[in-house]
Amino acid sequence: MEKRKFGFVMSMVLAAGTILGACGGGAEEEATDNGGSGEETDKFTVAMVTDVGGVDDKSFNQSAWEGLQAFGEENGLKKGTDGYDYIQSKSDADYKTNLNTAVRNEFDLTYGIGYKLKPAIEEVAKQRTESQFAIVDDVVEGLDNVTSITFKEHEGSFLVGVVAGLQTKSNKIGFIGGIESDLINKFAGGFEAGVKAVNPDADVTIEFAGAFDKADKGQQMASAMYSSGIDIIYHAAGGTGNGVFAEAKSLKETAPEKEVWVIGVDRDQSEEGKVTVNGEEMNVTLTSMVKRVDLAVQDVATKAMNDEFPGGEVIEYGLEAEGVSIAPTQDNLSEESIAAVEEWTTKIKNGEVEVPTVPGKN
Amino acid sequence: MSKKWTVLAVPVISVLLGLLAGAIIMIASGNNPAAGYMALWNGAFGDSFYTGETLRQMTPYIFAGLAVAFAFRTGLFNIGVEGQLLVGWLASVWVGVAFVDLPKVIHLPLAISAGALAGALWGFIPGFLKARLRVHEVIVTIMMNYTALHVTNHFIRNVISDGSDATDVVNETASLRSPFLENITDFSSLHNGIYLAVIAAIIMWFMLEKTTLGYELRAVGYNQHASEYAGMNVNRNIILSMVISGAFAGIGGSMQGLGTFGNMFINSGFSGIGFDGIAVALLGGNTAIGVVLAALLFGALKVGSLNMPIESGVPNELVEIVIALIIFFVASSYMITWLLSRFKKKEAK
Repeated sequence: MEKRKFGFVMSMVLAAGTILGACGGGAEEEATDNGGSGEETDKFTVAMVTDVGGVDDKSFNQSAWEGLQAFGEENGLKKGTDGYDYIQSKSDADYKTNLNTAVRNEFDLTYGIGYKLKPAIEEVAKQRTESQFAIVDDVVEGLDNVTSITFKEHEGSFLVGVVAGLQTKSNKIGFIGGIESDLINKFAGGFEAGVKAVNPDADVTIEFAGAFDKADKGQQMASAMYSSGIDIIYHAAGGTGNGVFAEAKSLKETAPEKEVWVIGVDRDQSEEGKVTVNGEEMNVTLTSMVKRVDLAVQDVATKAMNDEFPGGEVIEYGLEAEGVSIAPTQDNLSEESIAAVEEWTTKIKNGEVEVPTVPGKN
Repeated sequence: MSKKWTVLAVPVISVLLGLLAGAIIMIASGNNPAAGYMALWNGAFGDSFYTGETLRQMTPYIFAGLAVAFAFRTGLFNIGVEGQLLVGWLASVWVGVAFVDLPKVIHLPLAISAGALAGALWGFIPGFLKARLRVHEVIVTIMMNYTALHVTNHFIRNVISDGSDATDVVNETASLRSPFLENITDFSSLHNGIYLAVIAAIIMWFMLEKTTLGYELRAVGYNQHASEYAGMNVNRNIILSMVISGAFAGIGGSMQGLGTFGNMFINSGFSGIGFDGIAVALLGGNTAIGVVLAALLFGALKVGSLNMPIESGVPNELVEIVIALIIFFVASSYMITWLLSRFKKKEAK
């Protein structure tokens, strides 16, 4: 009987082996197919590695992917290893593996989206000197095959700060950041300066959630802020910010006359603020600070395709190149704020105003 | 002999069933399972680079799995491996950054011991509470995971660095990085920790099976009252078991801190290694060799899954489903053993 049982296990193993063997054959053929079509065309290929937010984070990963898609469409590329593609990271340990996977698939240019990929890009770029990389939101110094893409978030934040300063009723304004860092301080610093520039009496409360993916935390913090009398909250907190929208919308539902506003970030977030109260459509999104990661990604990809890859350089996209701006949706803005935004935009572009990159101590 | 086969058959059949169910899900969602699993295989062992990454991923899994298995063999559920791993990670990075100009032979062992010590301390607390006050260790260890997460984040931001969200990279003398291993695996992040992991597995086997201490620990696991009657100090053994388990987990954290990343950063959530360690131990039947094999499987699945979307278009979440199903089948091992015994009966007739 022991033997029979052994035979059963053996046959299981053999069966599994046969199945797996069959799998192997099929896929190999396919792989060679891919390889073949890759060789025929000498197209420019580009990939991006997301951070843990993933490609549908409604924030900069998604924006970067939209930029790549636009780039692909413009140049007749297809999604895949012989065109443009993305690789998602599920944990911080995956960045290096994914960057290497991109290199192994012979992409001409690989983007690392987000400052969390900086150490990985630095390391991989040193090892793979033949490949070209670009990092969004941070600076990699001293490597000729890496372009650093940064934004003047403080300038855009200044503009939405001007709006908040003019439209607040309670003279109390809040800021919710994701994780405290140099990057998020640029948002906070610019915002605070913008508020103070038009409304020196207003109080700006700056707080950090400690995470970019905790909507519940964002909601708690927003709830505390709104009940303390704050009427406008600017969030620079990615997914955590979704909780701020949720809280503002639920407050609006219970008390439609109450003034609660959210200022969105990275993309035009007016969609997130839509709420229907008693059959009336309202929107809690005052405005958004738009960071055009898509434009920057497209721009650098185009340069690289034309053999003008700006390796080793730091490109800073500001108000001038439309790298940062105020959202096109302006339904909730007063005439006064629209005029003021224009005025301050010119002042910043002329260099009349120097926007700080860290919040002051008040 | 028959029992041995069942012990081996349950995990193997569970893995096969998990993969089979994954294939069915791929077919149902309009993907080609052959291409999907081939991409998984290529992403895990396709060339030396990916093999290196798989072994790198396997390293902390071995430690986490050993930690869970060790506690389990002595009758304790250590759900706090995640937290013990985090404090171990922090402690070893701290020692790695703080001391300069120490020779490597002192610095590296010191940093790893710091990790082990921190993990042991994090295991001591629930062990002590269990032994003295009979507080259930599952509750305490779960809560201590959160404590560890927030305490380490606080230390990174306010104590080790100056308001930054990551520590400096550890000094060369405390690093587990190995140029030799990187060279033979085409710049993967495989580091010397893999040797330590294998040694740790041998130590755990030796300690449990071949020493008086291990015998006592296992005896307490089987039956506390009998052990007490036999003159063993039950309370001491409970605490000791949690401390040793925590030390394994802490060294798992050192692997991340001194090897994979070379630093520590603010974690907005758990790394998941500690929780996966529970599954690794379960699949490995709480034995040292089983843990090593299960860790290899989990490392391969995790690393290989990253390659699935780009090569075959299969979303890598599928691997999460496969892993969950494997755990489900292992957990329902009763079902499999029952089926096996029925099969046997039929044959006997």
